[in-house]
Amino acid sequence: MKTFALTRASDSAQAIATAAKATTAQQGAEIRFIGGGTTLIDLMKLNVEQPKTLVDINRLPLDKIEALPDGGLTIGAVVRNSDLAYHPLVRKNYAVLSEAILSGASAQLRNMATTAGNLLQRTRCMYFRATDMPCNKREPGSGCAAITGANRSLAILGTSEHCIATNPSDMNVAMAALEATIHVRGTKGERSIPIADFHVLPGDTPQRETVLEPGDLITHVAIPPPAPGSRSLYLKLRDRASYEFALASAAVVATVVDGKVTRARIALGGVGTKPWRSTEAEGELTGQPATQAVFQKAADAALRDARPQSENDFKVELAKRCLVHALKLATQPA
Amino acid sequence: MKEPLPSSSSKDAVPVTLTVNGKKHDLRIDPRTTLLDCLREHLHLTGSKKGCDHGQCGACTVHINGRRVNSCLCFAAMHEGEEITTLEGIGQPENLHPVQAAFVACDAYQCGYCTSGQIMSAVALLKEPCGPEDADVKELMSGNICRCGAYPNIVAAIQSVRQNAKQPKAG
Repeated sequence: MKTFALTRASDSAQAIATAAKATTAQQGAEIRFIGGGTTLIDLMKLNVEQPKTLVDINRLPLDKIEALPDGGLTIGAVVRNSDLAYHPLVRKNYAVLSEAILSGASAQLRNMATTAGNLLQRTRCMYFRATDMPCNKREPGSGCAAITGANRSLAILGTSEHCIATNPSDMNVAMAALEATIHVRGTKGERSIPIADFHVLPGDTPQRETVLEPGDLITHVAIPPPAPGSRSLYLKLRDRASYEFALASAAVVATVVDGKVTRARIALGGVGTKPWRSTEAEGELTGQPATQAVFQKAADAALRDARPQSENDFKVELAKRCLVHALKLATQPA
Repeated sequence: MKEPLPSSSSKDAVPVTLTVNGKKHDLRIDPRTTLLDCLREHLHLTGSKKGCDHGQCGACTVHINGRRVNSCLCFAAMHEGEEITTLEGIGQPENLHPVQAAFVACDAYQCGYCTSGQIMSAVALLKEPCGPEDADVKELMSGNICRCGAYPNIVAAIQSVRQNAKQPKAG
């Protein structure tokens, strides 16, 4: 691990002013905020991340979960994953979020990992994590070893010829289906970013994963009130029963009235280079009867643009079956 | 290839006061020092074990403010003022914690390398929202790997402590 200066932010303004001196907030940032450290310290040990300055934001007053007057929820940046997953309002109104978080990592890691950190979780692509291998995300222009290499766990949606790395987060998939908004404070003031616009596709700049700029501090995440009569759930398929990343997962928020789907929000995990909202699947479901045939059409639509690699064409069918099954569970009569 | 442990004589060394098992320690450490390395190499509390050093095996599990964490993924200097508890603070050979006693009674280990982390996880689990079934315990213990495969007995040990805690005290 390369050495660094460790500083503690006394307030958000100071944290922002410190981080704004970096040339990038993306891969290779010289100044990093540190929350739970579960991604960053891991990558620093691998020399994938080599920040010269760490700004500890754990003692900033960004650790609250609060109900909004409209029935929604705000979640502070440093709220721990376990506190979010077990919060009574989350369990009651946003089951998909609680289930997604509890399906990820381990109890220890969930006690450490923060909400903002999870939004910024890095890929588990083994070539990204190995500094002796080419990786366009880690070292732009060096090539993608995964496309011709071990790509079984990698993405089939949103890929480019430069990068096929999967976004590994479960929480992000639920946040996408819940249409969360990410609130950011930076050198130019505050702004809010819909989660659909927060992560960017790799294209020819896979080193850029989000729209964040130097100095941008995620302060909180807001979730709109639950859709009346909706049910939500998260279904995750993986190589072992627990403590494993998704091969395919589905976050479903659905409202069924008299056997018809009146509203659906769908996002997929384990298959996309970003948390994969599927408005195509939502379009096939809305106004249609909650039947296997309709669910299958929705799943086909969600995976229509899938581009599997040499080792992961199984993911196309797996993701479809995952979504069909999740829709069945979410729409069956209580 | 393993890198050498950060030295406390580094020019970037920072002062830190850590509270471990109720005792305060004034230290001067390289900021790269993980809580795990600090406990083992600086405070000589070797109950916490280094397995993977990447948060994947759970051997390094300790409690910070009563919650279990992977100490290999914490920088020690970030945890000033917090209550850190290691296996040494849970129980001693002459005064075992009920979870430790249950691990002995249920033969919940073979080589013992993961056991400290298993016990620290299990002690924390007792206060977490965990369902009653073996499957619930297995799910919440999945962050602690046992390469000997003592899992059935680990689950039995934890369930025996939970059962005993539920029974009303005699007298």
